[in-house]
Amino acid sequence: MFESFSAEILARVQFAFTVSFHIIFPAFTIGLASYLAVLNAQWLRTRDRTYLTLFEHWKKIFAVAFGMGVVSGIVMSYQFGTNWSVFSDKAGPVIGPLMAYEVLSAFFLEAGFLGIMLFGREKVGERLHMVATAIVAVGTLASAFWILSVNSWMQTPQGFAMNEAGQFVPEDWWAIVFNPSFPYRLVHMVLAAFLTTAFVVGAVGALHLLRDLSDRCARRNFSMAMWMAVLVTPLQIFAGDLHGINTLEHQPAKIMAMEGHFDSHPEGAPLYLFGIPDQENQTLDYAVGIPKLSSLILKHDLDAALDGLDTVAREDQPPVGIVFWSFRIMVAVGFAMLAVGAWSLVRRVQGRLYDSRWLHRAALVMGPSGFVAVLAGWVTTEVGRQPFTVYGLLRTGDSLAPVAAPAVGASLMAFIVVYFFVFGAGTFYILRLMGQRPDKGPGAVEGPTRTAGITPATQLGREHAVPGE
Amino acid sequence: MEFDLAFIWAGLIAFAVLTYVILDGFDLGVGILFPLAGSETDRDTAMNSVAPVWDGNETWLVLGGGGLFAVFPLAYAVVMPALYMPITLMLLGLVFRGVAFEYRWKTRAWKPVWDVAFIGGSVLAAFCQGIALGALVQGIEVEERAYAGGWWDWLTPFSALTGVAVVTGYALLGATWLVMKTEGALQHRMRRAAWPLGLATLGFMGLVSLATPFLEPVYFARWFNLPGSLFSIVMPVLVLAAAWALFTGLNEGRDARPFLAALSLFVLGFIGIGISFYPMMVPPAMTIWEAAAPRSSLAFALVGALILVPVILAYTGYAYWVFRGKVRPGDGYH
Repeated sequence: MFESFSAEILARVQFAFTVSFHIIFPAFTIGLASYLAVLNAQWLRTRDRTYLTLFEHWKKIFAVAFGMGVVSGIVMSYQFGTNWSVFSDKAGPVIGPLMAYEVLSAFFLEAGFLGIMLFGREKVGERLHMVATAIVAVGTLASAFWILSVNSWMQTPQGFAMNEAGQFVPEDWWAIVFNPSFPYRLVHMVLAAFLTTAFVVGAVGALHLLRDLSDRCARRNFSMAMWMAVLVTPLQIFAGDLHGINTLEHQPAKIMAMEGHFDSHPEGAPLYLFGIPDQENQTLDYAVGIPKLSSLILKHDLDAALDGLDTVAREDQPPVGIVFWSFRIMVAVGFAMLAVGAWSLVRRVQGRLYDSRWLHRAALVMGPSGFVAVLAGWVTTEVGRQPFTVYGLLRTGDSLAPVAAPAVGASLMAFIVVYFFVFGAGTFYILRLMGQRPDKGPGAVEGPTRTAGITPATQLGREHAVPGE
Repeated sequence: MEFDLAFIWAGLIAFAVLTYVILDGFDLGVGILFPLAGSETDRDTAMNSVAPVWDGNETWLVLGGGGLFAVFPLAYAVVMPALYMPITLMLLGLVFRGVAFEYRWKTRAWKPVWDVAFIGGSVLAAFCQGIALGALVQGIEVEERAYAGGWWDWLTPFSALTGVAVVTGYALLGATWLVMKTEGALQHRMRRAAWPLGLATLGFMGLVSLATPFLEPVYFARWFNLPGSLFSIVMPVLVLAAAWALFTGLNEGRDARPFLAALSLFVLGFIGIGISFYPMMVPPAMTIWEAAAPRSSLAFALVGALILVPVILAYTGYAYWVFRGKVRPGDGYH
């Protein structure tokens, strides 16, 4: 059944599928770990039980999402070897140690203190529990640091030499870790993770506000999330712009594909808002563009020259259609986030944040927006650096393991079936938890397993959940 | 003085793999024994005994794989395609096992489904790890820096034997862990289960030990010529001592001794494999030094490992200390 596909295309689909599923969870848990640390710190500082109730509730959601992130991440760490063994042999000496640092400095940290964060408040006391919670948050960020360094080195490699076996031999670790695209990618991704979480938290708050305007937990969620939307979205758009300029310098073909620039524009390039890329004929059909705006954004000069894909050999071009559209989706979502953030600021200033039904509906719809933007952004950067795994140096086609199509195809089918079943169920449980009121509902009342003698915080919180804050 | 970094790293990777095997071994063992745990409350307790630590335990597997990638990329690039199917199935097993820890508590109707996922995932992961071990011991064919064998080479009577042996051994670890961590009926059941599991584990260790020297002439020479043959005398004695500690500990109703004895059996088995392997990274022909990454990679990663592994061991020990003592029904955060 896989005869019509090459092992390469199946391995690429498998990597794209498993990594896309995986990134959904860290994109959420990086932000949520920080949110939990803030909630717990606020509880300790103010002794306002709303914070504790929220912490205990989001903690459950975090545990499910984190578990899914862990198991889907282990798959990634072995897939380099099973499907991309030539890449592993050649690039392993450079990126392997970075990933080892990720395991040593981040994964163990998260895993070691997660248990204490989830189970240990009564066992270690409030102070150490706060430390554990903060360490989990730091661990998620450390993980992002290393894995984005790895990815960035593959996009903008430097600091190495080649040996006779064709391996990349590290020469300057500082140059490798802090390669040219790394700072931009790191900032862009961490902000994306914070925004993803903010819009999820905002949607959960909005959902409960739509049900009950006086819900204190919902108000707190919604207010904190909308502050993040107001403050972080403009920063993210600015960071994305800088990231784009950095990409123009190091991976111009990716920018050409994002912009749909098949032709060079010596006197200022237009910003295409719409078009149908036709890579076969190297044209952008039905193009709608604003003259010279692309040059203004990328070069900060209306008349600056921008090269097009006519300067790149056909076999070195990325697939333009995917990159062109995924980039537009990401940008559109970004501006929608900006709009919701601005709207919430206006309502907040008016003192109407908690009774603006249409704002709540909009925030609810925007709940998954962060995931869409993160996936679209990663598709843009990963498809945009094709046909290379190590940019300009190692082609994707030359990175493949000596695998047969049926083996890759069978494992791909297995991953698809298992992931949809397992992560579908997990997503359902998370959504159901989000639909419950943290201060009421079955979870808070039953509390199936609790350490004896300790009153569940959620029940304490309920007493304080008086209507009309 | 020039340190042999490749040798140090081989030792560190071996340490990570051994740590994984004994730590996740008892987690997976709890999963394997789940059907024997008894009532739903007892199953809950059994799961809660490992819930705070399983994630950290599993991270040693990531360090084993990631470390291999970092410092022996050639070995990683050869072994993974050779073990394509058992590795993939192991990962899928770990997916089911891992999510069951959370999902089980999120549903009434589907709780039995996630019980099955927990059991099946644990058995599958353990069996595939045993298969992978057997396939590695029997040797992997390499040509020009790539795996050169077929897609089913890993499946032999020997690898099937090691697969069953690891499932049995993990079950023994799980049973003795639960003897240490629980009380009452659950503890009683596990103490009874540990007896046959201990005997079976010893039997499988004996079978594997007898079969191994005949797989490769190198192994035979190692075990039946001096100085290796000294180990052939010492190792069985140590194994019998551990077995004695295990069974007397069970008979005398000790809590911790059976678990420690089962751990010792694993450590001894691991050392035995190490004696067969050395100095190969991938038997029969790829040595530690051939598989090693360039010196700059080994040195850079070693700095991190030497600083961070002791720190990891310290806070992992702390986490176990926090959750020390008996797990009682109802413990947990769900």
